[in-house]
Amino acid sequence: MKEQLVSAIADMREEEALQLAQQMLDAGEDPQAVLDAGKEAMTVVGDRYEDGEYFLPELIIAGDMLKAIGDMVKPMLQAQASQTEPLGKIVLGTVAGDIHDLGKDVVGFMLDISNFEVHDLGVDVPPEKFIQAIQEVNPEVVGLSGFLTLAFDQMRVTIEAIKEAGLRDSVKIMIGGAIMDDSAAQYIGADAYGPDATAAVKLAKSWTGGK
Amino acid sequence: MSEKSPEELYAERVKRVLDVAALRVPDRVPVFGPYQLYPYTFAGVSFKDAMNDYALAREACHKFQDYFQPDLDFGPILAYPAPAMEMLDIKWFRWAGHGLGDHVMYQYIESENMTADEYDEFLYDPSHFMMSKWLPRSFPPLAGLAGWPAVRTFMWFGWTGGYVGLAAPEVQEALRNAAAAGEELGRWFDSIGQYADETKAKGNPQAYAGFDWPPFDIIGDTLRGTREILADMRRRPDKLHDALEIATKIFVEYGSGAAGAELPLCWIWMHKGTRNFMSDAQFGEFYWPYLRKGMLALIDQGIIPVVYCEADVESRLEHFADVPPGKVIYHVSTTDMVKAKSVLGGIATIAGNVPNVMLLSGTPDDVREYCKNLIDTVGKGGGFIMDAAVMLDEAKPENLKAMIDFTKEYGVYQ
Repeated sequence: MKEQLVSAIADMREEEALQLAQQMLDAGEDPQAVLDAGKEAMTVVGDRYEDGEYFLPELIIAGDMLKAIGDMVKPMLQAQASQTEPLGKIVLGTVAGDIHDLGKDVVGFMLDISNFEVHDLGVDVPPEKFIQAIQEVNPEVVGLSGFLTLAFDQMRVTIEAIKEAGLRDSVKIMIGGAIMDDSAAQYIGADAYGPDATAAVKLAKSWTGGK
Repeated sequence: MSEKSPEELYAERVKRVLDVAALRVPDRVPVFGPYQLYPYTFAGVSFKDAMNDYALAREACHKFQDYFQPDLDFGPILAYPAPAMEMLDIKWFRWAGHGLGDHVMYQYIESENMTADEYDEFLYDPSHFMMSKWLPRSFPPLAGLAGWPAVRTFMWFGWTGGYVGLAAPEVQEALRNAAAAGEELGRWFDSIGQYADETKAKGNPQAYAGFDWPPFDIIGDTLRGTREILADMRRRPDKLHDALEIATKIFVEYGSGAAGAELPLCWIWMHKGTRNFMSDAQFGEFYWPYLRKGMLALIDQGIIPVVYCEADVESRLEHFADVPPGKVIYHVSTTDMVKAKSVLGGIATIAGNVPNVMLLSGTPDDVREYCKNLIDTVGKGGGFIMDAAVMLDEAKPENLKAMIDFTKEYGVYQ
C-alpha cells in the first residue's frame, strides 16, 4: 500500500492518495510509514519539477496533499517523529516594500522537501528582521525574494545592513524574482541569483555541502 | 524636430507605431513603454500624493513626457485614484499610504473571491455572481449587495418581488456607496481625459486605447486566485474550460473599447502565462487558445493587441507565432530578444528589453551599447520597439534619456 501511496501522490491522484493514507492508518500501519511515503513522493515531485515536467500547479497540489496527510497523522504520532538531520538552515523572506509571496513560497517548499530547515519570515520583511533571524537561527543561507524593481535597492540595503551587523561572512545570500538576474545579484551584493526553485535548492546544497 | 508642429509630430508618431505594428519598416525604431512609478519619482512627487491629487499626477506626467519624449504617452492612468479606493475599501490592493509606504506602486493581494464550488453559479449567470458575491467580497461598503435580487427572475410576475428586494435598506446603502465612488471615479477619468487632450496638443499620442487581461487571468487574478486557478487545471479542468469560454467573451467585450481609435493599441497584461507558472502543455491547453481566440476577435475590429508579458516567455514563443502576421505586438520582457526575433520575425513586432537593473545602476554608455546591440540585431528590417524589460519604477534619468535619445538617433532606418 505504501508504494501505491507514493505513486498516487507523485502522479497527482489527490483523492486516491488521501484515501490510501486514511486506509493505511485505519489498518494500523505505523503513522511514520505514511509520512515517509509522503516524503518519498515529494522526492519524485521535486525531480519532475526539476525536469520541467511539473510546474507550480503540481507543487501546490503536492503541498496540499502533504499537509492533509500530515494533519491526519499528527494526532496519532506518539513520540516525536524521527527527525533526519537537515542539510542546512535557511532564512527566507520577501524584502521590505514588496508583498509578493508566491515565488518565495515555492522556493521555501522545494527547500523544505529537499530536507532544509526553512525559516520563512514572510513578506515586506525589513532588514532588522533578517538580522534578528540570522542571529537567532544561525543559518548557512539567506534567501531574498522580490518581484518589484524596488527590490533591487531594497535587497542591496538589506545586504548592507547584514554586513554592518557583522553577519555577512557567516551566510551565503541568494536572490530570486522574475526581474532578477546575475547583474542584479552583482549590484545587490548577493552571492548568487537563482532563476527558479530548482536553482535555489542547488545553490543551497552547494553551499552546505549537501548532495 | 523642433521645427515640426505638434500636429506633424503627432501624425508622425502615430504612423511610426502603426507601421511597426504592421511590419512595415518605420522611419526609425519606436521607443516607448509603460512606466509605473518612474514619472512621479522623476518629478519629485510621492506616489501617495499622485494617487490623491489628480492635478499633481497630470503635472508629474507632463514633466516626464516633456523631458524624455518617448514616442507615446501613458499619462497618469496607473496612478489609481486613492480617494475612490478608500471609499470602496478595496480588498485586493494595498497602496501607497494604505498598507504601504508613501512612494511604492500599489500591490495586489491574493484572495479567493470565487470559491471552487461557485464555478456553477458563475457559469450560470456571471453578472449576478459579480453583483451579489464578487462586489461585496471585493468592496466591503458594498456588502449589502449580497441581497441583490437575481434580475433574471424579474420577468412576468417576478418584477414585483424583485423590486421589493431592491428597496432593502442594505441594498440601498450599498448603491449609495457605489454611486459616491462612481462620482469620484468620474472625476479621475475626467482628469485622464484632460491629460490626453493636453498631451495630444503637444504632439504626443496616448499609448493605449484599451487595456485587457488574458481570459485565464480574468478568472485567476481576482476571482479564483493564483494558487487556486493553477490547481484547478488539474482538479476541475472542465469547469475551468467552461469559465474560460465566458472569460474570453468578457475579454473581447472589454478590449473592444479600443476599436476606432486613431492608434488602436489594446494592452493585454499577461500575468500567469509567463515561464514558471505552468507547463507548456498547460499553457497550450488553458491559456493560449482563449487568449488567441480573443485577440483574433479584437484584430477583426482593427485593434492592435499589445501583449505585455511580465516575465520570461521564451517557452511560449512558438504559440505566440500562431497569429496573423503584422497584427500583434509582443513585449517579451526578459526573454532573449534574438531568440524572440528568430521565432516571431515576420509575424509580430517585439518590444523590449533594456534591463531595469542597468537603467538603475549602469551608465549611459552601458545603456547605449545595449540599445545599439538590440537595434543591430533584432531591429534589422523593423518589427522592433525599444523599451525597458519591465515597467519602470526606478532609473537614473540620464540612463533613461540615453535609451530614448540613442534610439532616436541610431535607430533611423535608411
